[in-house]
Amino acid sequence: MKFPDLSMSTPVRLRDLIRQIRSAKTAAEERAVVQKECAYIRDSFRDEDNTWRCRNVAKLLYVSLLGYPAHFGQLECLKLIASTRFTDKRIGYLGAMLLLDERQDIHVLITNSLKNDLNHSNQYITGLALCALGSICSPEMSRDLGGEVERLMKSTNPYLKKKAVLCAVRIIRKVPEQFDVFQNSVRSLLTEKNHGVLLTATALVIEMCQQNTHALQSFRKLVPNLVRILKTLIMSGYSPEHDVSGISDPFLQVHLLRLLRILGRNDSEASEAMNDILAQVSTNTENSKNVGNAILYETVLTIMDIKSESGLRVLAVNILGRFLLNNDKNIRYVALNTLLRVVHVDQNAVQRHRATIVECLKDADVSIKRRAMELCFALINPNNIRTMTNEMLEFLGTCETEFKADCTSNMFLAMERFAPSKRWHVDQMIKVLTTAGNSVRDDIVSSLIGIISSSSDLHGYTARQLYKIIRNDITQQPLVQVGSWTLGEFGDLFVNGQYEQPHGEEHIQVTENEITDILERVLNWSISTVVTREYAINALMKLSTRFPNCSDRIQSIMTYYACNMNLELQTRAVEYTSLFTKHNLIRPSIVERMPVLISNSSSNPNANEQQEQIYQEENPSNDAQINHVPPNEPVDLLKLLDEPIQTNGSIHPHEQQQNPLSSNPLTDLLFGDDTSHNHLNNNIIPPMVALDKNGLRIVFTFEREDTLLTIHSKATNATQYPITNFIFKAAVPKTFTIELYPPNSTIIPANNSGEIHQIIKILNPNKDKLRMRIKLNYLFNNSSMGDEAELNTFPEQCYN
Amino acid sequence: MIKAILVFNTRGQPRAIRFFESCSTELQQKLIRESYQIISKRDINACNFVEYNDNKLIYRQYATLYFVFVIDSSESEYDIYELIHIFVQCLDQYFENVCELDLIFHSDKVNHILNEFFMGGFIVERSPDLILNDIRTQIRLERQDSGVLKQMGSKIKSVVDTKTEKMKLDVEKKFDIKL
Repeated sequence: MKFPDLSMSTPVRLRDLIRQIRSAKTAAEERAVVQKECAYIRDSFRDEDNTWRCRNVAKLLYVSLLGYPAHFGQLECLKLIASTRFTDKRIGYLGAMLLLDERQDIHVLITNSLKNDLNHSNQYITGLALCALGSICSPEMSRDLGGEVERLMKSTNPYLKKKAVLCAVRIIRKVPEQFDVFQNSVRSLLTEKNHGVLLTATALVIEMCQQNTHALQSFRKLVPNLVRILKTLIMSGYSPEHDVSGISDPFLQVHLLRLLRILGRNDSEASEAMNDILAQVSTNTENSKNVGNAILYETVLTIMDIKSESGLRVLAVNILGRFLLNNDKNIRYVALNTLLRVVHVDQNAVQRHRATIVECLKDADVSIKRRAMELCFALINPNNIRTMTNEMLEFLGTCETEFKADCTSNMFLAMERFAPSKRWHVDQMIKVLTTAGNSVRDDIVSSLIGIISSSSDLHGYTARQLYKIIRNDITQQPLVQVGSWTLGEFGDLFVNGQYEQPHGEEHIQVTENEITDILERVLNWSISTVVTREYAINALMKLSTRFPNCSDRIQSIMTYYACNMNLELQTRAVEYTSLFTKHNLIRPSIVERMPVLISNSSSNPNANEQQEQIYQEENPSNDAQINHVPPNEPVDLLKLLDEPIQTNGSIHPHEQQQNPLSSNPLTDLLFGDDTSHNHLNNNIIPPMVALDKNGLRIVFTFEREDTLLTIHSKATNATQYPITNFIFKAAVPKTFTIELYPPNSTIIPANNSGEIHQIIKILNPNKDKLRMRIKLNYLFNNSSMGDEAELNTFPEQCYN
Repeated sequence: MIKAILVFNTRGQPRAIRFFESCSTELQQKLIRESYQIISKRDINACNFVEYNDNKLIYRQYATLYFVFVIDSSESEYDIYELIHIFVQCLDQYFENVCELDLIFHSDKVNHILNEFFMGGFIVERSPDLILNDIRTQIRLERQDSGVLKQMGSKIKSVVDTKTEKMKLDVEKKFDIKL
């Protein structure tokens, strides 16, 4: 292969260089060729060779395409731009666009050349300058050249006009202050006949609307114009210059629809103007070709985003349904994507297509599977939970690993919300854990444990089911973790047969030793993860009291593990050993059965009525801890009432304190409305003084609607010092449900000049006598004060 | 907006690249490599839209070349899918039955066509005919540039030729010999 002779005056031509590079057989050879040529180019740049500069820069651009560094050519590009020849300028601007960007300091040097070229008589040179400006301009360049660009936007030449408009888009992005400069010219742009200019003008308007909401308002007036343009496009017959597969200028149609979408969002007036044209586009566009589908897709997106009428929405969902049945993968993907957005707004419409969506789960394409999975979860409701769970289990069995974690978490959430019965829930979750293997997330394990512990009638049953699976297979870590915990807690129920026998299944009789065997196996197996072994060792400890016969055996296991290499296991083993030896007396109380674990409250209508509170209780962290102290003793407040409040998934009452939220003015507005509306009802139930002590006076006024009692609490301060950091807590007996709304402030000004207003809602389904215990904390005269009161004297009309 | 346009062949070698967002050479090559890895593994019947970090890759395969457009969420995937086809049609019209070699040896011309289609990540013009008209005019301008020198050179040459011919005839006449 002949290499270029360096002594020759004419440098090698671009295509010869390309041939040489392509004929190189190894990467090293290619690198050698390129480096030699680059060295030559660098030399010739240093020699300031004018004639062949453009050829050298062209070669340099090719080399940079392959990935080699080419930054030494930047200055040469500037010189080429400054030359008068068209060829030089062309290569120079191309080089500038490819090699320069804002981070280099050199790029400001082309500002001057740009300015000259923007005023050039030759439209192509001006076009080149605009192109370069649109690609690499920086804020300083935008400020300098913004005026020129605006002038070009008004020129009569459409070639320049459209380029100038896109330049303006970039300038607005870089320097938002230049916005006003371009805003005025936009209107005239939209009346242009040239489609290219219209296309770029819509892009500019979209960009402006996204940046500035004020502009958005003013552009809404343009909606009739846009509708008209769109209409002409659809109605006009065949026009050869704009035709693509029988549809005239689909790109412009799509862009106009997009702009209409942005303008119509959240605005009913604009949306109304668009309704007709959207219906027309949907019905007239033929969907046999890709191009038509693109337009229909954009129309559907627009219909969904604006405040369209319901008939139009139904039309849109039907179009999406048709898309789903199409064979082309792209269209199905796009349809699934959009349906995902629709389903949050209108679930029923999408339910009709549930069968097709479930079919898509079996598709070979990964993107479609993921979309279909997300959509399926969004479609689950109490009616179809059973069928859907079966489908999802089937999917879980066959899907790729990357889906499994998401799938299991979603299934768990869905079941938590809609499970028809606890037993079904536990069964299905066990199935999920068996199918998903090791890809289940950790929080699912603890949530499942929470569910098991809260369903007290299922303890023995769950232990049995889990035992059945684990005795054959201990490879699946999450399952084994849940199993170990359950067997540890409730193994004795299982052994004693204190559980509901499942129908049609064999009766398993198991001894204490067998259960201890399994747990020991899990503990000793080297493939179990550390977390699983921690679960197992805790479970064994719990069983030491529940199975007195195995107590010695368990003690020897603990002693054995006291020398284990793993620090966590060793610590636990040592502590447990000491429990056996030195503190044997307290061992039973420490490992006694745990009280019900409280998980995140979720809205399950089949369970007991939940309370909606402002704070959510955190999941008790990893229950496999050494200190088996029952979490979060119910607070004093309720013990004083002598009735435990229900803890089943509810929030602890000491969490019922509120902090003033920032939405105070809003709540004031709402509360204000409430009080004005129900004046009449107020007169029926007399108000009550809840507390009147040390100048602090709290008065309750009542409104009642059947079982819902709304109490308006007003706290005033008759002393001469203001009261700050006022916190009000309330508790009611078990059969009531209480809801405390945030107060309008925590400061009560002095001398009765202001008050704190707070709303309390109490649900009384059993119509019991209302009792309430209140507790106050506040700062008065720089000292913190507290007060408590029990209120038994509610007027009878509150609850009878 | 369109973030990048990549054209590479079935072995991963880039044939034409344009980035509308400034990023370093290493990042550019990384993007090319990763897109190649994702796309080459996909089935022939699979969907042409792939998610990649926050962006989407819309790709189409023509013979041995993959045309990949990297877009963000503001563009419609279907729109861009059609656009790729229009772009390739334009290349086809310009190069007359375009193949990979055309893109290799005329990468600068490909870049010029790209410039006419896209600017700053947005579409300037989408009619291939109009664009080709502009491109051809610009080529004519280029030829005129270098053509001026050629013209002058040939004029000089013809003048010199005639002059030498004349001198030759004169000398022959003078000395009555044949040169």
